[in-house]
Amino acid sequence: MDFVTLLQVLDTSVRLATPLLFACLAGLVCERAGIFDIGLEGKMLASAFFSAAVAAISGSVWIGLLAGVMASVALAGVHGLASITFRGNQLISGVAINFLASGLTVLIAQDWFGQGGRTPSLSGGARFNEIKLPFADLLSGLPYIGQSYAELFSGHSLLVYVGFLTVPLTWWVIFRTRFGLRLRAAGENPEAVDTAGVNVIRLRYTAIGICGLLCGLAGVYLATGLQAGFVKEMSSGRGFIALAALIFAKWRPWYALFSCLLFGFFQALSFRPDVVKAMTTLDVPGQLLDALPYILTVVILAGFVGKAIPPRAGGEPYVKES
Amino acid sequence: MNILPKWADAILIPLLSILISFVISGLVILYLGLNPFEALRLMVTGALGSSYGWGYTLFYTTNFIFTGLCAAIAFHARLFNIGGEGQATLGGLGVALVCLAVPWPHWTLALPAAMIGGALFGAAWAFIPAWLQAKRGSHIVITTIMFNYIAAALMVYLLVEILKPEGSMDPASRRFGPGAELPLFSDIFGLVGIPFSSSAPANISFFVALIACLLFWLLVWRTRLGYEIRAYGHSETAADYAGISPVRMIIIAMIVSGALAGCMAINSVMATERLVLNSVEGAGFIGLAVALMGRSHPVGVILAALLFGFLYQGGGELALWANIPRELIILIQGLVILFTGALDNMVRMPLERIFLMIRRPGRQGA
Repeated sequence: MDFVTLLQVLDTSVRLATPLLFACLAGLVCERAGIFDIGLEGKMLASAFFSAAVAAISGSVWIGLLAGVMASVALAGVHGLASITFRGNQLISGVAINFLASGLTVLIAQDWFGQGGRTPSLSGGARFNEIKLPFADLLSGLPYIGQSYAELFSGHSLLVYVGFLTVPLTWWVIFRTRFGLRLRAAGENPEAVDTAGVNVIRLRYTAIGICGLLCGLAGVYLATGLQAGFVKEMSSGRGFIALAALIFAKWRPWYALFSCLLFGFFQALSFRPDVVKAMTTLDVPGQLLDALPYILTVVILAGFVGKAIPPRAGGEPYVKES
Repeated sequence: MNILPKWADAILIPLLSILISFVISGLVILYLGLNPFEALRLMVTGALGSSYGWGYTLFYTTNFIFTGLCAAIAFHARLFNIGGEGQATLGGLGVALVCLAVPWPHWTLALPAAMIGGALFGAAWAFIPAWLQAKRGSHIVITTIMFNYIAAALMVYLLVEILKPEGSMDPASRRFGPGAELPLFSDIFGLVGIPFSSSAPANISFFVALIACLLFWLLVWRTRLGYEIRAYGHSETAADYAGISPVRMIIIAMIVSGALAGCMAINSVMATERLVLNSVEGAGFIGLAVALMGRSHPVGVILAALLFGFLYQGGGELALWANIPRELIILIQGLVILFTGALDNMVRMPLERIFLMIRRPGRQGA
């Protein structure tokens, strides 16, 4: 495999890792606060649809972004209502949200656009277009370093850069602020947080709100950055891969970045069977590459590669002592 | 302390939850530009207005009974088996392999053999997550979700690379022999002189599903094993103290669960007479809604499966006549899961308050 092919594959990995990264960090904030969320997938899908639909109608990707994030936050609100206020089962609520999103998006898409559950193709200002970093053209002649800069680092849409910056931001908020400390405590020992006079319910709702926001960005990127418009079921399991990446990263932001890049790399490889064949001299079936993130997650969960221990109070509704 | 009487818990709450789901669905239909009552009429005519409609409704119902029982047995052990979809997919593989392996002389031989094949494959696919949960503590919800995706990828690989007959473009296995054809409702009811549409796929598996419900009831409420499973589901520590092994309970409950999902394939795969991609069509997930709605009881499961069978067939008719996509069913399914499952307390809490108010005057003297 020559250097240019490698760069191409890595470039695709970065693109494909971005939605995973947003969703993974969304899950991280939520689960650190003690709320399991298997509805990442649904929130991403809803956001993808509403961002693409509103961008198509208004012609502005920014209004689309707003709509997508709002849709995702609204679904997150439903999850909060079910799992915090009414102390329901968080897993069941997540499943329900996935179905709500997958049903509603197609129904509304058909009603608004009549194109069999998709939105019209987006172009121009209705999309997040690629940004060329300064000197990219100038440096592209320079072998290796210049090429990497032009191919790999330059030429992504704005949200890719935002996604990567969200990693240090999340790390800082979770591990270096008072809010982050309380959030983590709410996920490990909510009684202690309550005893300290901090409102667990409000803390968890905030976490769910951030989760909705980040999932929303994942969906917006999917429909207006990675692709140009919404198609039915376009999240195609990314919410669950993100969940897998989260466990792989053991609920830590920087590791989340690496696990998302790794899973993005696998997805990129499944688009390039020729590369895999050249690298391994084996005829690896594409389906195996598709399934690899899931298989890896199971292996990791099984504790064969170090044990992944979730936040202790995760999944348990908090009932204030009376 | 149970504030609510048993009947309210078992019937009133699910009914109210479903009512809320339907009202919201109705509002969505209204938004889509159709009168909800007109939509309901179309669905009822399409799903229940003819023996053809009934044939499809009961065909889907059969699938949902199996997957509903699959989710229900896991719920009894307080396990959330979201992998019914993957287990049913693998069950389909088992059924197809059995049907393809032998030129079956008659369906009476093919059906039990295929059932064993489907159950074995489904159970095996559930066993791995169960073992990982019991022995390694890996969260069963995540592992079963992962296994759904792995099953889907495996199926694509097998159908495209191995099971597809030479020269065919279609990712599907070759046709099963005529000996694996199950008697349809038209054949069965024809014996007693009742005419039934012969183009509807409802078949003898429906009765197998009903028998499975009976066996399920016997297992859960009339055997020692069922008692142990329920005890484990109520309190793991108490069960452990009583000498019930948690490892054993997790594995047994999940094996039974996977086997039930696998058995669904006798209906869905044998009726199409070959193995196709995505033969499960989301039935594994609908099983979750069915089990939640049916309160994990076989009678509830049958009724809920019937409702979803009706929705599934009626929704198809709606898609045909009213330009409302089939995805309406997915939405309704989501709402039912949300309100009967996650938002259960939203209905329960006010209801408890009402019941307390009614009861209080009588109790004051005590």
